Amino acid sequence: MKPYTMDFDVKARDFSSAGESSSKFRKTLLMLSIPSDIVRRASIAAYEAEMNIVIHSYGGKMHFEIYSDKIVIIAEDTGPGIKDLELAMKEGYSTAPKEVIEMGFGAGMGLPNMKRNADTMEIVNHDESGTKIVMTINF
Amino acid sequence: MYFHSVTLDRDRCKGCTNCIKRCPTEAIRVRDGKAKIIKEKCIDCGECVRVCPYHAKVVVTDDIGMMENYKYKIALPAPSLYGQFKDMTIGDILTSLQSCGFDEVFEVAYAADIVSYITRNIVKTKDYKRPIISSACPAIVRLIQQRFPSLMDNILDIMPPVEVAGKIARDEAKKKTGLKDEEIGVFFVSPCAAKVTSVKNPIGIEKSYINGVFSMRDVYSMILDKRKFVEKKIDHTSSMIGVGWANAGGESYGTSLENCLFVDGIQNVIGVLEDIELGKLDDIDFFEGLACVGGCVGGPLTVANNFVARNRIMKLKEKLNKDEATKKYIEVDFNEFMLNVKLKKSDVLNLDEDIDKAIDMMNSIDEIYKSLPGLDCGSCGSPGCRALAEDIVKGFASEYDCIFKLKDRIKILAEEINKLSIKIPPVIGSDKEVKP
Ligand code: SF4
Ligand code: SF4
Repeated sequence: MKPYTMDFDVKARDFSSAGESSSKFRKTLLMLSIPSDIVRRASIAAYEAEMNIVIHSYGGKMHFEIYSDKIVIIAEDTGPGIKDLELAMKEGYSTAPKEVIEMGFGAGMGLPNMKRNADTMEIVNHDESGTKIVMTINF
Repeated sequence: MYFHSVTLDRDRCKGCTNCIKRCPTEAIRVRDGKAKIIKEKCIDCGECVRVCPYHAKVVVTDDIGMMENYKYKIALPAPSLYGQFKDMTIGDILTSLQSCGFDEVFEVAYAADIVSYITRNIVKTKDYKRPIISSACPAIVRLIQQRFPSLMDNILDIMPPVEVAGKIARDEAKKKTGLKDEEIGVFFVSPCAAKVTSVKNPIGIEKSYINGVFSMRDVYSMILDKRKFVEKKIDHTSSMIGVGWANAGGESYGTSLENCLFVDGIQNVIGVLEDIELGKLDDIDFFEGLACVGGCVGGPLTVANNFVARNRIMKLKEKLNKDEATKKYIEVDFNEFMLNVKLKKSDVLNLDEDIDKAIDMMNSIDEIYKSLPGLDCGSCGSPGCRALAEDIVKGFASEYDCIFKLKDRIKILAEEINKLSIKIPPVIGSDKEVKP
């Protein structure tokens, strides 16, 4: 069965449109009759991934695949990667710049929150060339 | 059948498409030159009532004459009524209201005091998901059922003040008069379209305690007529907390919770509900979302300008004490005032209950959407190009409802006709050779 796919470009540091792709993704999930707790978990995972691109990267893409039994979320950016992955996975650890934290973003919950809400999360790549994260949520 | 308070006056509607774009749930289409409300999607927020330049959207309320069907008549004025009049005290307003033909007036503000009291106590003992979401604005509750079903568990399970008022007033009147339930008429004086709907289609309770809902506009002029003739005799019983419910933030104040957030205006509420679902507002204890700007003083059936009314409410509150009102009800059993019918998620957004089928439809929607101009002009009668694509796939509209698509098609056909018109049949004249 052909999935429904969605693709979005995400700009670095563009806080005015930050979260838009996750919001459109969320609305689509509702229209596709996805159960409400899955909608919530998938929206959180997508939002955190999108905000990571906005806050930390040089820009990137969000890709969504929706099947009748699972959702795949792929977040991919063009760098600078995650230096210390183990630290980044710790709750409350943040490398976000001061001014971003002052805006109320980058509380160091991004990766842990994604991991908590997705059934599987794979960090395919996280070197200087960029970061690629693949998450799936099954139902 | 599901009853809706917000309806269309066909004769007044010009099909101008102003309302379709402002509807927060995309519940309106223009068809045959008239606005059509998709009743399953409408949450009765009243936005279209405010936006229609021709006043073609009307809020259907009950006829005041229906009072005559009851032996004992009780009026339940909403707190926002107190903000409608210049130079009238709450006592003056209540007395004038009673003399409009009621046997008794029971303040909804007083019931709001009780709801605040219950809230303050129950949040201490019961383990609610945070933020707790107010159940007072029915338009917002219906919005959550439709767009934020995962937040239904956060909704506070206490009856809204108007139903608490209806229940207490009814029970007391039965005791006092010895009349039967059906002989007592309880009438809400409402600023709100959504509340008219929720009396006919109750949310969270089996049956409403209210018999009829009168428009604040209708009652307003009656009160003005009576005001000259009555001497003030009724003393009101509500405190500043209950009266404060008329304004956005009033309910929050009454909870005594430390970290409350109140938001008015339906679009603003939608934004904040998204944040709540994302877990961004877990530090908030209580969320009060109100569809109308300013809260119920901005309801579609009010008369006074909502900023002026808000100010009057603040002034009236200053003169009132804080918690005198609830003393009498402190011994009351809270359980009597709790919601007891579980809220159901609404499925109206679903393209199809079968996910595979819905995915197929979504792919077709995308394809059609790509071929549309993307101007969101609304001339097709749908709120935007994406909505038209959805309507086409659902079978409610055609590609040529888009005037640009239609124009292109006409152009192609015209060219075709033009080409054909040049062709001359051989009988009339043609130098084509005839070969064996
Ligand atoms: S705003 Fe809506 S209801 Fe009012 S005239 Fe225009 S189409 Fe009709
Ligand atoms: S804010 Fe008040 S008047 Fe407006 S829809 Fe909600 S309950 Fe009704």
